[in-house]
Amino acid sequence: MASIDLLDRTPVVIIGSGAGGGTLAHELTRRGIKVVLLEAGKRQSLEAFSQVPSEAFGQLTWLDARTQSGTWGVARDFPNLPVWHCKTVGGTTVHWTASCPRLQAWELRAKTIYGDIAGTSLIDWPITYKELRTYYEIAERRLGVTRRNGVPGLPASNNFKVMYAGAKKLGYQQVHTGHLAINSRAFDGRSFCIQQGFCVQGCKIGAKWSALYTEIPRAAATGNLDLRVESTAIRIEHGDTGRVNAVVYRDGQGREQRQKARAVCVAGNAIETPRLLLFSSSSKFPQGLANSSGQVGRNYCHHITGFVWGFFEQPVYSWRGATIAGVVEDELINEPKRGFAGGYRMELVTLDLPTFPLVGLPYGWGRDFTSIVENYRNMAGMFINGEDLPRSDNRITLDPVVKDAFGLPVAHIHVDDHPNDQALRKHAQAQMSRMYEAIGAKRIVLGPTPPATHNMCTARMSANPRDGVTNAWGQTHDIKNLFISDGSVLSTAGAANPTLTIVALALRQAEYIVREMKEHNI
Amino acid sequence: MDELVHLNRRKLLKTTTGFLAGLVIPGSPLARIARGPAWAVDLTSLTSSEGATLLAVARTLMPHDELDDAAYALVIPAIDADASKDEKLLKTLREGIANLGPDFAKNSESTRIEVLKKFESSPFFQTMRLRTVQILYSSPLAYAYFGYEGEAFSKGGYLLRGFNDLRWLPEVPLEDSGPMPVGVTREEIRDGEH
Repeated sequence: MASIDLLDRTPVVIIGSGAGGGTLAHELTRRGIKVVLLEAGKRQSLEAFSQVPSEAFGQLTWLDARTQSGTWGVARDFPNLPVWHCKTVGGTTVHWTASCPRLQAWELRAKTIYGDIAGTSLIDWPITYKELRTYYEIAERRLGVTRRNGVPGLPASNNFKVMYAGAKKLGYQQVHTGHLAINSRAFDGRSFCIQQGFCVQGCKIGAKWSALYTEIPRAAATGNLDLRVESTAIRIEHGDTGRVNAVVYRDGQGREQRQKARAVCVAGNAIETPRLLLFSSSSKFPQGLANSSGQVGRNYCHHITGFVWGFFEQPVYSWRGATIAGVVEDELINEPKRGFAGGYRMELVTLDLPTFPLVGLPYGWGRDFTSIVENYRNMAGMFINGEDLPRSDNRITLDPVVKDAFGLPVAHIHVDDHPNDQALRKHAQAQMSRMYEAIGAKRIVLGPTPPATHNMCTARMSANPRDGVTNAWGQTHDIKNLFISDGSVLSTAGAANPTLTIVALALRQAEYIVREMKEHNI
Repeated sequence: MDELVHLNRRKLLKTTTGFLAGLVIPGSPLARIARGPAWAVDLTSLTSSEGATLLAVARTLMPHDELDDAAYALVIPAIDADASKDEKLLKTLREGIANLGPDFAKNSESTRIEVLKKFESSPFFQTMRLRTVQILYSSPLAYAYFGYEGEAFSKGGYLLRGFNDLRWLPEVPLEDSGPMPVGVTREEIRDGEH
């Protein structure tokens, strides 16, 4: 691994080492570009991953304070944990469940297809599906996604057998074990999946793709990467020209450091990315960096999510096997007759003990609550993953009161449900309940909306600089050598779990950055 | 059972503030994994009587009739440890316990529910609910009771240990499922460990 001098002005500094930052670091370093990769968290490993759920949560999760408000259920049910993503080398690719669907061509044209919907800030993507597809194909090969390029699907688990039988009773056609970045056979020096069911705790056999043990060590092997762990970016600086030229961060000892940079790429997850841009304000950019449009932090999307649990007379043992290995895609359509715009996937899910009663059930106590837990072994589970519509005021701002360990304002997350969100959720819950009832469920329990794991759109790509923060390559409209490289850049949420799209866009952005550097535009 | 210790004279002579003790019910799920018939936990900040009240609160919040007191007892030393590091919490607990009244643990379940409902919005109640769920459902005792098998990496995953053994519904056609990894045996899975 390289050791890059703090005063060296030539490296690209990438903030965050997850799906976007980790992939970008690999793509740039393998093309000979020096990269300083700042990661706020620590480095874990297959050996170090804890298999005690509460310990694993503490080991991987971003636990620094956030505050929140709004009408979404999360503000009521999980006031101290609005979002659930990682703070560790590899970012959220360490705890993700590895679902890799593509966005559909029509989802990239949300504004055109859905029309004007009051109370939303929809736009079309500035890139076509054809353009994105090229990079989806590369990403799917890189990640070894199942059911693509001849890679077999994962075998059906007990939990999926229940989902499948119910879906077929309702006449659904597009039901399978999913497009997953989980090895169904040994691939890329990593094992096949042994169906542990502990995807979220960090895959100890490495069958699940994570930047931690793929992109990042490969970037290091080029000799061009300087990975600095426990290094929290606190400010991006710029010169008189308005170009960014350094990143100030706190190292593991809490000391302030300043790394000079030729270009800066922010990939801190769609909560921390806008937060960093906002508190990097200066006399030249009083609203924060790249924020002349006022769009930084706005249009926050998180997907319409929620659990549906079915309880049967016979055991399911839903915890045995890859967590999300199953999907129903028939409702992934835009059909206004259903009463809402956009579509949703129904994805397989289960939760361990104690996470199931902590996160998977509506608040409760006493015998009604425990009668659900009593039947844990006879339970099957599904999860809604639906499109939520962007709203200008669903946004990340700097909390005026609460400060982090460095004395900087924490992120405040405000989310109001749109009537479209509520209609989609209700439809999905009804269909999933019908699936379980069709095969004899004794009881259906609708779970709450859990803390958001899909954080998107807070520095979105837009054709018109007034509508968003970056152009079609994640390059900010305002500052040529400042890029956004994570889920913040998605123009709209669609109904696809976002990681594959983040990786595809990072692959595409890397080519653009290399080209622009060669032509001395940045 | 690591968090519980056998009832032991030497242990009781240590300078602890309180302790909880009980017997494992023979034939219960716990009896199969317990090391002995008796259990006890030491408390640092809470008295025995306070511990007994909190034990009754935990049982009332998350009642599972066939689950031994020993499983609920694990919640109490965890809260006691929290309170040892946090004076404000200790005060919250003491006030909460006082509000429940001296006979709370002796009351019928319906009375205990009525009493708890009055304090549902209090920090005391919410702390007790959260910590009870977190600790009760994390223990090996609860895992055994609910039949939850937990982590499987140490045993080679569930690939050959029942991840697809459900037989009361039709099998999924191969085109919507996928093949088992070729020629997999238990030994190969272990060899595959990194």
